[in-house]
Amino acid sequence: MKNPFENLDKVLEHSARLQIMSVLMANDSFDFNALKELMGITDGNLATHMKALEREKYISVIKSFKDRKPNTTYKATDRGRQVFKKHLEGLEQLIKQQKK
Amino acid sequence: MKELQDYEKDLISIRAIMERSVKFLSLSGLSGVLSGVYALIGSAIVYSILYYPYFPIDFHFHYADERTVVDQLLIVAASVLILSLSTGYFLSMRKAKKLNTTIWNTASKQLFIDLMIPLASGGLLIVILLVQGYYGIVAPASLVFYGLALQQGSRSTYTEVKYLGLTEIALGLTCAALPGYGLIFWAIGFGVMHIVYGSVMYFRHER
Repeated sequence: MKNPFENLDKVLEHSARLQIMSVLMANDSFDFNALKELMGITDGNLATHMKALEREKYISVIKSFKDRKPNTTYKATDRGRQVFKKHLEGLEQLIKQQKK
Repeated sequence: MKELQDYEKDLISIRAIMERSVKFLSLSGLSGVLSGVYALIGSAIVYSILYYPYFPIDFHFHYADERTVVDQLLIVAASVLILSLSTGYFLSMRKAKKLNTTIWNTASKQLFIDLMIPLASGGLLIVILLVQGYYGIVAPASLVFYGLALQQGSRSTYTEVKYLGLTEIALGLTCAALPGYGLIFWAIGFGVMHIVYGSVMYFRHER
């Protein structure tokens, strides 16, 4: 049997990052403030997670202006989507194995 | 290394957050029930203006054609619409507060767009045909377009809305095939069905 841990991704081990990725999987794009409200975490906290995901190229960032205020929108990249799917598969396998 | 329970918690939490990010869950079922009640009261008033003392089931073409009557009907329809929308807004706002979220978010914006395209096209079509004197179009067209709007919008909210939409479309088409019974179908579609599906939503998601 394949080792399910191989599928797990180090960056997505963090629950908040996994949640952010899941929102970007379910939506074409999502902006910073909406994400902050949905997750119920602080600006700084969210920004750190977004930086980490951006560094891994799991997400792409689009900066623009909305009503003259800076507005940051995020999208999941193809790479991000693949890693997320693999990570989920890994989680499922892991839980299935343990339940046997 | 994380514990197994943590992984399970992760899976549960992402399911919940995915759903909350795409679905507008503050939509109040109770407001659906109240809209249904307003629509039934409105239908009763229209009945008293148009048909009384005839029994509404009796088949007869009794069209609203006098100017004053049409004005009265429009006032009733507008009141039902405004009352329903404001109740929906107020109760959804209350539910959003309870769910610790806001009423205007990504999901509700999507829902609004999905609803407005069929509603605005249907509304304009009805107005255009009304001006040309096709009074019979109002009940079936409003039911069909409202149903299409709900069906389209349901992807951003509870699934009950989808079935309400499909029911409204079926009622609208049946209504179109049976001219003269518009008011009855309208009362069933906007009154009874709102009460039925609104209660289902209320008991499933709000208690």
